[in-house]
Amino acid sequence: MARTMTGAEMVIAALCDQGVEHIFGYPGGAVLPIYDELFQQEKVKHVLVRQEGGAVHAAEGYARSTGKVGAVLVTSGPGATNAVTGLTDALMDSVPVVCICGQVPTHLIGNDAFQECDTVGITRPCTKHNWLVKDVNDLARVLHEAFYIAKAGRPGPVVVDVPKDIQFATGNYVGPSNIAHKTYKPRMKPEQTAVREAVDLLINAKQPLFYTGGGVINSGPKASQLLREIVRLTGYPITSTLMGLGAFPASDKQWLGMLGMHGTYEANFAMHDCDVMVAVGARFDDRITGRIDAFSPGSQKIHIDIDPSSINKNVRVDVPIVGDVAYTLEDMLRIWKSKTPQLDKAAHKAWWKQIDQWRAKKSLAYKNSRDVIMPQYAVERLYELTKDRDPYITTEVGQHQMWAAQYFRFEEPNRWMTSGGLGTMGYGLPAAIGAQMAHPKSLVIDIAGDASILMNMQEASTAVQFELPVKVFIVNNQYMGMVRQWQQLLHGNRLSHSYTESLPDFVKLAEAYGWTGMKCENPAELDDAIREMIDTKGPVIFDCRVATLANCLPMIPSGKAHNEMLLGDDVTEEEVEHAISEEGKVLV
Amino acid sequence: MVNTFTKSDPKSHYVGPGAVQEVVSRTLSVLVDNEPGVLARVIGLFSGRGYNIDSLTVTETEHEKHLSRITIITRGTPNVIEQIKHQLERLVPVHHVHDLTLEGRSLERELALIKISGRGENRIEALRLAEIFRANVIDASTEHFVFEITGRTSKIEQFIQIMTELGLVEVARTGIAAIGRGPSSL
Repeated sequence: MARTMTGAEMVIAALCDQGVEHIFGYPGGAVLPIYDELFQQEKVKHVLVRQEGGAVHAAEGYARSTGKVGAVLVTSGPGATNAVTGLTDALMDSVPVVCICGQVPTHLIGNDAFQECDTVGITRPCTKHNWLVKDVNDLARVLHEAFYIAKAGRPGPVVVDVPKDIQFATGNYVGPSNIAHKTYKPRMKPEQTAVREAVDLLINAKQPLFYTGGGVINSGPKASQLLREIVRLTGYPITSTLMGLGAFPASDKQWLGMLGMHGTYEANFAMHDCDVMVAVGARFDDRITGRIDAFSPGSQKIHIDIDPSSINKNVRVDVPIVGDVAYTLEDMLRIWKSKTPQLDKAAHKAWWKQIDQWRAKKSLAYKNSRDVIMPQYAVERLYELTKDRDPYITTEVGQHQMWAAQYFRFEEPNRWMTSGGLGTMGYGLPAAIGAQMAHPKSLVIDIAGDASILMNMQEASTAVQFELPVKVFIVNNQYMGMVRQWQQLLHGNRLSHSYTESLPDFVKLAEAYGWTGMKCENPAELDDAIREMIDTKGPVIFDCRVATLANCLPMIPSGKAHNEMLLGDDVTEEEVEHAISEEGKVLV
Repeated sequence: MVNTFTKSDPKSHYVGPGAVQEVVSRTLSVLVDNEPGVLARVIGLFSGRGYNIDSLTVTETEHEKHLSRITIITRGTPNVIEQIKHQLERLVPVHHVHDLTLEGRSLERELALIKISGRGENRIEALRLAEIFRANVIDASTEHFVFEITGRTSKIEQFIQIMTELGLVEVARTGIAAIGRGPSSL
């Protein structure tokens, strides 16, 4: 049923029809007609951010904590270019985001008009798809298509660029039904022969390992459930990437912890020595594989991914399975159960015994101190004191992010929001705002670094305006810690510009924004201070002063294999400085 | 949907440093919706991911459906070619990607317009050779010819090389159009 309305009205109608309750945005000249329509309705709640980059990260936090599509509204020119980092972030981490941009009127496009930029040109490589709408009668269809593309298959960000004259023009609105996409039809159900082959490999495995990633989370809560079921049914060990944390409960005895550059000893050694690996919605990123030609050299590899281009990209696999994680695990479970398999119990016992020996290394152990708060201790205490409240955790990027991944333990999916692929400093605060918007009653904490938090500090003001009680827990070591650590590793400890000499007084900064500011530098006072933070009603900045020069370990130095890890407890400063070879130095 | 992954044999593993793959040339036919920006998406994919384009031809081939056919000649190891195909298939307006080289010997043709300038003996020789190569004269004066030549790239390369000695001043080429042999279509 077609209805006649203006382009601006269509935007609101399409958002409503797509079930959007919140949209993160910032007004400007080229989106005024849409903002005028927003003003005259109450279904879609607009969250005014303080910079467009914050809008996209907030939408990402919203999307990842709910499984829904995040919606963004920005103006032309600088509005769109500010959104680019967030869009790239969402592309790298497969987060569904629809970003609607205003554009100068069609007759001015190409004239270098005020606040004009080639939005579709700029965002082409950092979106899954984008559109410039030049006819108001296309607008509704494009908007519905945009939501479909954002969430179908491997999710990602899309941009719809709407010139101002199109927002004013009148045309026919069509609803979201019957919008079948003619080309983009991702394969959901896997090829059965491949699934059978995979199950056979798993049944006959002696040293099996599940290696799971963000794809499990993106596939939905059912995928996490099925993953738990298959892992428990098989009795096999499981590790996960940074993005996949929470899909499998960290308290389970089959859980080996995160793998990769800052993964646990047991996860990385199991990855190196396994004979059958099942990669589930993970993409063999360089942070995971380390030296690629020494990555899990003896294993047969099964790779389940909805995106065919992820398969065989970095690592060749033996059994490629293109399909949705939930569908595929469901099939695997069915086939496994139908076989009543005879497993090699003796081999599995030996494999677990080996894993227990690796576990006994206690790779996450660190030397605690009575005088100064160790950053690992800070995260550990934060976890212990908040775990019963089912918190949502976001992070910025750097050492604190890795410590959070190592020491905060996740039991459920969609609780962990971090910038994995792009590594965007400044992600955590706006993402926490997005997550808090979606879960107003929940405890939402941004585990932050002192440098990262300043990158989108302005969003503190958004939290106040929308009464969002987010907690920002700054693991403050006064350095760009990860940069400093790499300078120590690679550049003779010459700490070029990685020390922030004039950090603000975070307590006063918090108060200036209308937040509560807290500071703690004594390990003995930490628990009480964290409790006070949790009990404080509104938003809190917690300036947790930690040891300044702690390194984030364990670590696989660049250019090294999984079984060449640097461990935390026995490593000397000199070993750290000589850990990376000449070839490794050019890697990132 | 056919499984488009090439299998490593013997079973497993990554391609290690000991197993360096040979670089091959492939002709890809990409059927796309002829919408604004579609060529930029395809080209951007190649430049953004560091793939090679040796030749690229594009035009709308089915007007009523607004379908364009992009013929790309690319180079890379078999792994890279596989990635290129999957990356292209991931683009929203792409209908199909066909590896014409892999699917059987394809017919490949290119058209070139070649301008020869000069007088005297070289001019006559150029005309004589053009006849041998079955190039047509499509413009002429007492001081120049413009030849039109169609054929495989190697033939055109050869013709251009000979003409270089006979007063060649300008070349325009279309790039390669390719189609599979036999009665079936893409």
